[in-house]
Amino acid sequence: MTRYVLSRLFSLIFVLIAVSMITFSLMSAVPGGPFDESKQPLPPAAKANILRKYGLDQPVWKQYLNYMSHAVRFDFGIPYQQPTTTVAALIRSTWGVTAQVGVMTILLAFSVGLTLGIVAAYRQNSWVDTFVTFFAMLGITMPSFVIGTFAILLFGVYLKWFPLGGWGDTGCLVGSVFCRDWILPVVAYALAPMSIVARYTRASVLDVIRSDHVRTARAKGLGEYTLMTRHVLRNALIPLITIALPIIPDLMTGSIFIESIFRIPGLGKYFVTSTFNRDYPMIMATVLLIAFLWSLVYLITDILYTWVDPRIKLGAEGSH
Amino acid sequence: MAKANSKNGPLVLHAAPKADDPVRKHRTLWQDAMRRFMHNRLAVFGLAIVVIFLFLAVFADLLAPYPYDKADITRPPRMLPFVDMAHPLGTDEIGRDYLSRLIFGARTSMTVGLAIQSVALLIGIPLGGLAGYLGGKFDFLVSRLIEIMTAFPGLIFSILVVTLFGGGMWNVIFALSITSWIGIARLVRGQVLSLREKEYVEAARSLGATQRSIIFKHLMPNSLSPLLVAVSFGIPGAIFGEAGLSFLGIGINDPIPSWGKMVGVAGNYWTTWHLAFFPTLAIALSMLGFSFVGDGLRDALDPKLIE
Repeated sequence: MTRYVLSRLFSLIFVLIAVSMITFSLMSAVPGGPFDESKQPLPPAAKANILRKYGLDQPVWKQYLNYMSHAVRFDFGIPYQQPTTTVAALIRSTWGVTAQVGVMTILLAFSVGLTLGIVAAYRQNSWVDTFVTFFAMLGITMPSFVIGTFAILLFGVYLKWFPLGGWGDTGCLVGSVFCRDWILPVVAYALAPMSIVARYTRASVLDVIRSDHVRTARAKGLGEYTLMTRHVLRNALIPLITIALPIIPDLMTGSIFIESIFRIPGLGKYFVTSTFNRDYPMIMATVLLIAFLWSLVYLITDILYTWVDPRIKLGAEGSH
Repeated sequence: MAKANSKNGPLVLHAAPKADDPVRKHRTLWQDAMRRFMHNRLAVFGLAIVVIFLFLAVFADLLAPYPYDKADITRPPRMLPFVDMAHPLGTDEIGRDYLSRLIFGARTSMTVGLAIQSVALLIGIPLGGLAGYLGGKFDFLVSRLIEIMTAFPGLIFSILVVTLFGGGMWNVIFALSITSWIGIARLVRGQVLSLREKEYVEAARSLGATQRSIIFKHLMPNSLSPLLVAVSFGIPGAIFGEAGLSFLGIGINDPIPSWGKMVGVAGNYWTTWHLAFFPTLAIALSMLGFSFVGDGLRDALDPKLIE
């Protein structure tokens, strides 16, 4: 077990190095740079000075090593677009908004998704089941910006219930414990993960309900409630871990589309501006952050999975 | 597969009882799949949508009432739909006929979707197939590559590529292709790994079949149905990718219409609702159509599901 975790951690580092190298070489391979004349007409001496200041006059491999030697000490440099702050501070502030959306989305998606899935499975083939199955299929197929657009058109433009966008600007209660402009983006963002959770919960609960040990428990006269909580749910939630956990880093790093369509000043929206401005330190930091979160969560998922289900052995063939 | 057996194997293999005859079994699987697909109402509905969009894409020049880049300067821009029958679905922010742009948008979406999946197959099949079949160092390298690319934030990566190299159809296809083959490669590798241990492959090998014929006549045809399903799910993924990039304003360049770009622009003009509504509907329908077909194919091609 320890050996497996160590080897996975090692491969995580390897993956991060590869990701950083690919991103870095890609950025430098394309002609032009963050301080192009077209964006900022500068006298040659001043430009040379700026390039030297950011180390952009050095060969690419040296720039890369320079960046990485700082990055391993958690110094991610200074964003070119806002030289008065640091990349770490900028990411912290924009990620704060994204994480806020993410946490609310996770709470909504998992609570409603689990409930719908369990009810649908328990009342299989009833109208509730049909509704949940259909709803889940729609939620999985529809891209978030399609849902977001329809939501804005219906609830914002036509019914005028909610503002068309913004984050924490309109309809806030005292002290910003709750804002009205949070509702549409969170609901629009939550529909897809909610559908995934609902669909897999339903399938998983159905699987367990049909199993022998549940039939035995029912035969010995166990009440429906105890049967569901003790025998069915406990076993049904195990396979959900592999489905549910990888959703979390996705939601925590946010959706560029949701942030763009609802004008939320989060990490994703900032990343797009960073690529426009060729803000190398910001791009590198965002890509590394997301790659790290994903790899880490996949690792945690695998470990948790063996922990709750002792039948699975780690390190064996096909563990990935 | 049927032919392969008659070529590579001696007649003994065919002397088996009729029920186990590979020739009959093979054909009935596809016929069965076809029958089950056609009995699946959602799948047929999806297929209808897909066919309509493909038709629009191919015959856009004939079907669209106006060219996609011609602005009508005799009328105010952003005209609402169903008001003036000269422009049944209204006009866009600079007065171009919206119906025409939607029809040509189908061409963009379908081209990108099909092109990206073709690239994915062209890279994914040989890479995954060889990795699974050869094993050893090559497999190790390919597996590590897949692992790295999986950790790569795909969307962010394509945004980076498109902003660096500039927009346009081919750059969008290139950017989305970089990560599109991973799923296919992993699938083919897994398929080959599990199939090459099967008895009939072992039999073929022991009878002296060449590597080439084992790959092309035994492994490939048997991995076909999961591949078909993967591709039918990959196309809406690619369509979504293009729509997403264009939505952010970095994908397809003007004046070529793209549904995603139309939704993105519409975000500046919410009050003229048709600007956002119709392209969003088109994206939603095309994604639904391909997904229904994918679901239908998956259910139809899985022999374990036969009732």
